[in-house]
Amino acid sequence: MNLRTPRSPELEEALGPGAPIVVFDRVSLAFDDQVVLDQVSFTVIVGHTKIILGASGAGKSTILKLVLGLICPDSGVVWVNGERVDQLSEAQLMAVRTDLGMVFQEGALFDSLTVRENVGYKLYEETDLPLDDVNRRVEEVLGFVGLAEYIDRMPSELSGGQRRRVAIARAMAIKPRILLYDEPTTGLDPITGLSIDNEIIKLRDLEDVSSILVTHQLRDAFYIATHAAVRQDGQVTIVPAPPEKADQAEFIMLRDGRIVFEGSASELRRSGDEYLRTFLS
Amino acid sequence: MEGWLTAWTKRALLEVQTYVRLLGAVGRALVTPPFYVHDVVEQFDAIGVGSLTVVVLTGGFTGAVLALQSGFTLDQFGARAVVGRLVSASMVKELGPVLTALMVSGRVGSGIAAELGSMAVTDQIDALRAFGTDPVRKLAVPRILAGVGMVPVLTVIADAVGIAGGWAVATSQLHVASSVYWNSVVEGLVIQDVWMGLIKPFVLGFVIVSVGCHVGLRTTGGTQGVGRATTHAVVAASVAVLAVDFFLTKLIISLLY
Repeated sequence: MNLRTPRSPELEEALGPGAPIVVFDRVSLAFDDQVVLDQVSFTVIVGHTKIILGASGAGKSTILKLVLGLICPDSGVVWVNGERVDQLSEAQLMAVRTDLGMVFQEGALFDSLTVRENVGYKLYEETDLPLDDVNRRVEEVLGFVGLAEYIDRMPSELSGGQRRRVAIARAMAIKPRILLYDEPTTGLDPITGLSIDNEIIKLRDLEDVSSILVTHQLRDAFYIATHAAVRQDGQVTIVPAPPEKADQAEFIMLRDGRIVFEGSASELRRSGDEYLRTFLS
Repeated sequence: MEGWLTAWTKRALLEVQTYVRLLGAVGRALVTPPFYVHDVVEQFDAIGVGSLTVVVLTGGFTGAVLALQSGFTLDQFGARAVVGRLVSASMVKELGPVLTALMVSGRVGSGIAAELGSMAVTDQIDALRAFGTDPVRKLAVPRILAGVGMVPVLTVIADAVGIAGGWAVATSQLHVASSVYWNSVVEGLVIQDVWMGLIKPFVLGFVIVSVGCHVGLRTTGGTQGVGRATTHAVVAASVAVLAVDFFLTKLIISLLY
């Protein structure tokens, strides 16, 4: 079952390995007098993870909403998957969003739907796929996040960690090329947070998904950057990533809507910047 | 003072602008795919069948108290026998549509605002958009169709139950013969009255549900915001029902009578 949105051969070639799949070029946004983003520029390379750090209100979640086209920048250009989303109408954006998955803060599961209906929402509602195929995919992704037995529960019957994992399963059900995570581990205990981190690593390394992770949980950010998922004898294990792999996860630090650092985990650790040192301590 | 007035005017204009934009989006969604038929059926059940009890009770007691009050007043002129005429004309032309609409505002308008408001503050609306689903098509259109389709049905039921309630009081308390009451009911109505009673609820149903959707989809500010949205939806829809009823009555009188 091929769920990925087909792309033209030219676009497929242009967005091959090493190409930027998300580009922000001097993006600025303000709500009334409050500047949220100020001349923000960065790229996300195909198959890589961009980790956006920053204090609350620094503009991290706004970046994800801009990628999805849920809000429009005041100035600057946003390219996603070969489309300039800052210029598209809501109807045109619907096509771009078919290749994007988003894990919202707190999960944002649909209260009135079961776990099965939540996870398969897009496939049930927006595609013509046979019901059996959709059910199989839903069971597959719920198995991936270890929640197969919760398939007929309502979201209100799940714990916070389970809700986030269902949200991840829902986001990955359509096999998106890009996954966006908005504070996926905030408010969770360390053990549950670690299981979410592992799901993110597995998706990146085994499903070849490019991702943007917004968080202020440093422990989770460094864990995701420095670990990799490998399949051995049919079993998936999380192991420390080799240095070249760890460097593929790029960090951005936002402060008052501006990028104050961009680089790898090791560069971030070595940084002598006073603000970064305070944030990391 | 001037600054406050400017800010208030801007807010009011913005509110009107977003409401009109919502109506435009609903108009487009009604004539272009995708259509969420399952949600439409669900909303017909929730709004129509779900409101039946409250509408039947409201209609029944209104008709009964109308007969009771007007019976004793008509007695002073020796006109107790025409109580049916008064009940039927009042129920069909005015009280049936307006009271049904007010009851639906309280039950359905608040429910829609609370449900959509909760979805808005917990990012579920954004999640829908992120999945490529237009929230207007998925959430607003089915509710508006159900409001427009079911409020007239509920109004006819309220009218019928109200007239029956009037009959119960007229025969048991006012000692008016059953045949006299029903003759009076029929004599009291002309076809224009029936048209008036049928046209109004279509418009009022649309107003109630579209206001509920508009307020719900614009909710911000967490659970407190949901509470505020619910109150706003009921107040705005109720006032709108009374205002629209006045202008609609005037329009129908000038066109049909």
